[in-house]
Amino acid sequence: MKKNLSFLLILLLVISTVSFAGGNKEESDGLTLGLSLSTLNNPFFVTLKEGAEAKAAELGAKLIIVDSQDDPSKEATNIEDLIQKGVDALLINPTDADAIVPSIKKANAAGIPVFTIDRGAAGGDVVSHIASDNVAGGKMAAEYMVELLGGKGNVVELEGIAGTSAARDRGKGFNSVVSGNSGLSVVARQTANFNRAEGLSVFENILQAQSEISAVFAHNDEMILGAVQAAEAAGRTGIIFIGFDAVDDAVNAVKSGKLAATVAQQPAEIGSLGVDAAVKSLSGGSVESSIPVPLALVTK
Amino acid sequence: MKKSEKINGYGERFGLIIAFFIMIITISFLSDRFLTLPNILNILRQSSINGIIAVGMTMVILTAGIDLSVGSILGLTAVITADLLHSGIPVFLAILLGLLLGFCIGFVNGLLITKFKIPPFIATLGMMTLARGLAFTYTQGKPITGLNESFRVIGTGMIGSIPLPVIIAALVFFLGYLFLKRSRHGENIYALGNNETAAEFSGIPVKRYISLVYALSGFLSALAGMILIGRLDSAQPIIGQGYEFDAIAAVVVGGTSFTGGHGSVWGTLIGVLIIAVINNGLNLLDVSSFYEQVVKGVVIAIALLLHRLAQKKN
Repeated sequence: MKKNLSFLLILLLVISTVSFAGGNKEESDGLTLGLSLSTLNNPFFVTLKEGAEAKAAELGAKLIIVDSQDDPSKEATNIEDLIQKGVDALLINPTDADAIVPSIKKANAAGIPVFTIDRGAAGGDVVSHIASDNVAGGKMAAEYMVELLGGKGNVVELEGIAGTSAARDRGKGFNSVVSGNSGLSVVARQTANFNRAEGLSVFENILQAQSEISAVFAHNDEMILGAVQAAEAAGRTGIIFIGFDAVDDAVNAVKSGKLAATVAQQPAEIGSLGVDAAVKSLSGGSVESSIPVPLALVTK
Repeated sequence: MKKSEKINGYGERFGLIIAFFIMIITISFLSDRFLTLPNILNILRQSSINGIIAVGMTMVILTAGIDLSVGSILGLTAVITADLLHSGIPVFLAILLGLLLGFCIGFVNGLLITKFKIPPFIATLGMMTLARGLAFTYTQGKPITGLNESFRVIGTGMIGSIPLPVIIAALVFFLGYLFLKRSRHGENIYALGNNETAAEFSGIPVKRYISLVYALSGFLSALAGMILIGRLDSAQPIIGQGYEFDAIAAVVVGGTSFTGGHGSVWGTLIGVLIIAVINNGLNLLDVSSFYEQVVKGVVIAIALLLHRLAQKKN
């Protein structure tokens, strides 16, 4: 009796192993891509992820998504896991351009092609970098502001986290237009750390200091939406608000006329083009080493 | 003994008050916009959120504890309250449930600390990560925008020319004062902060008080969150991140001792105002973002130094 039972168990075990092995084989037919995101705490990257997922589904590729939660060490272990899983290509949105280099080198050593998304890397072999041009976006916002103001007025710039490349590039683009325009003067330039609640309080303070403000440009939508609330609460009207990123809330605010415009980086497009480039490259096609994702101005 | 203690407490805060006034006078010389009624109301309104959280933090620190989870509790309760409002339940019910949730999360902190003997720093650090994570999973990382207008009154309303958040914060400070200085419970909290073992021996239900202060801290964080989302007309999962630092800074600048049993909500009030005035001043004077943190650090250090000097003389 006991012998029979153990025989039965062994038989079951063998059957199940065989059937699992069969399952594995079926899955490995399609391409598997690993996507490492710096954070999913930001709607921008959630939309980017959704764009990548949609494209992967369309092309029949499997996408494994990991979230670094803005932590480079977590990112390193996540990517190591993806390498272990034997993904066919890695799409990386680095938390930091320097900290990512060892991970990219590991992937290079394992023969897995790497694509960087939205943020670049300072080293390692990267097949292609897919990102939108923040400097061009800042310029686009400033040019639209100049057009709406007729080239004259006091403007405020709400900056992102000091030292980040997005804050630097968007500010650079914006100021390259504004500083060349004698009719515009920047009366306040303050950081609100890409944060809506800080956008509110910082702009409240600026409103106290400046009785005449014609327009505000913020390095992201979160800050500009906070600023809009500050102006509303203070009963200050006639200010032109321009944001950056075109998150859902900002697009709605443009529709309702609270925001004049927001610069749309196209996160879904970045994710989609990233997956597209990886699949194209894996199936033998050639891809550019830098893929600029078009920006668009969202206006009413 | 009571009287001398009182005088001593006043003297201790004297240095801080002097530092605060020096700061105000300096900024008012640099910007003529600083000491105007609208800006004073603006500063008070901005301090109300940190103020409400800091009252809870004061109680926690009086027990020689710390609550690192206040910002995350604010975030989680804010997104859940916003979602409840979107679901169309009555506004008062959404507020009640949100506040209750804050109270319960705080109470869990208290249980972790008293029942499972986890140090407050670790227990609330864990809760900070957990609650923030839940806020992100709950919202899938997206903000919940467009709140009920009658709810928003909590953040945007005015009574006469005084913003409602200022009135709520003033009430919280006053109730905090009554609770800590004019009730047996307050006396017990100071006693257990001074010496937990002695308090336990004298029959004070130490564990119950510790659970209570963390629950109150959670409750007040939730309340602060409601004011904030009322003002913003939106709850983002990231909301309140880092607020623990502002609250702890206000309490410590206000002279409450990290070792427990010593301090008051009035000291905390000055601490809250100092932080709000620094932020306001930096914006009014348009100080570059690169120097902002340096200026902030130096000003806080000077305030604390004056505080210490006055303390020594006393």
